[in-house]
Amino acid sequence: MKIGLVLLLMLSSGLMAQTSMDSIATLRGDMPIAEQAAAPRMEQVENFDVKRQRSYPMQPPTVPHKIDGYQVDLNQNRCLTCHSRRVTEVSQAPMVSVTHYMDREGNFLAEVSPRRYFCNQCHVPLTAARPQVGNDFQDMDTLLNSTQ
Amino acid sequence: MRTAVSSAWHTLNRPSRYFSIGFLTIGGFIAGVVFWGGFNTALEATNTEAFCISCHEMQANPYQELKPTIHYTNRSGVRATCPDCHVPHEWTNKIARKMEASKEVWGAVFGTINTREKYLAKRKTLAQREWTRLKANDSLECRNCHDFEYMDFTRQSKRAEQSHSTILASGEMTCIDCHKGIAHELPDMRGIDLGAPNSDTR
Repeated sequence: MKIGLVLLLMLSSGLMAQTSMDSIATLRGDMPIAEQAAAPRMEQVENFDVKRQRSYPMQPPTVPHKIDGYQVDLNQNRCLTCHSRRVTEVSQAPMVSVTHYMDREGNFLAEVSPRRYFCNQCHVPLTAARPQVGNDFQDMDTLLNSTQ
Repeated sequence: MRTAVSSAWHTLNRPSRYFSIGFLTIGGFIAGVVFWGGFNTALEATNTEAFCISCHEMQANPYQELKPTIHYTNRSGVRATCPDCHVPHEWTNKIARKMEASKEVWGAVFGTINTREKYLAKRKTLAQREWTRLKANDSLECRNCHDFEYMDFTRQSKRAEQSHSTILASGEMTCIDCHKGIAHELPDMRGIDLGAPNSDTR
């Protein structure tokens, strides 16, 4: 009896695995394993220097310009050439927020905090590519106005 | 010594005894063409990227860093090679730079930057030398291709147009002031201005 049950379980789980394998969409698409699919066209990075609306609350602002070859490492942070708090008067670029100077205990540091140093961990340039997932985010004001 | 010099001078000063004036003038002209041509060919041969990267120091470091940049690969396939930016194009200055370069031969022979570590340690010195040179000649090597006269600001991004039409146009700043590290990685930039004054770019 017990053995029969175990066998049944094994069989059914095997079947389930089989069906789920078929329905999973992989990055390969329906390309046979031995063949190489044509790569999708690379999209152009947007470069218009106009700020975008956020797509969700607390979204790190996106970068509205190209950052090709921008060096951000121990030696140099190219983004801060313009966005550093000291130079925004000259550059007129958006200023790095003070939270970027805070360490995790909330102490203010003289320089950008190491945990916030690598700008493009959060701030990324966008391409004109079609979004793969739709987004119907509305900001708070839109929401409040619509209920009134 | 003195007798050798005076006898050499005597030989040079004496009229030719066996050779015709035609042979001496035409022959001298031909020899001149051959020697000058040979000199220039050799000079141009040292003014190629293939020659530069025949030393492994250059092949393994600056050349690899150049490869992903726009001066190596781009949409139109026009590219800058090492000498386009690092050797003056005009003859007199080119010869002056080539004489300076004999020190680089010394460096190659004695291996001053023959490892990655030595190269990184020396990078700031080397970079600053180039920045000083480009600052002094008003970024001449940039301007050999990027001529300000023909820049169309309407085809530049807003940020580029803003800077180019003001501080570059007025001559207050030159290309290299903002475009350091355009073709190679930057060294530790503490205390070095990169475009905007007082920038804490590190």
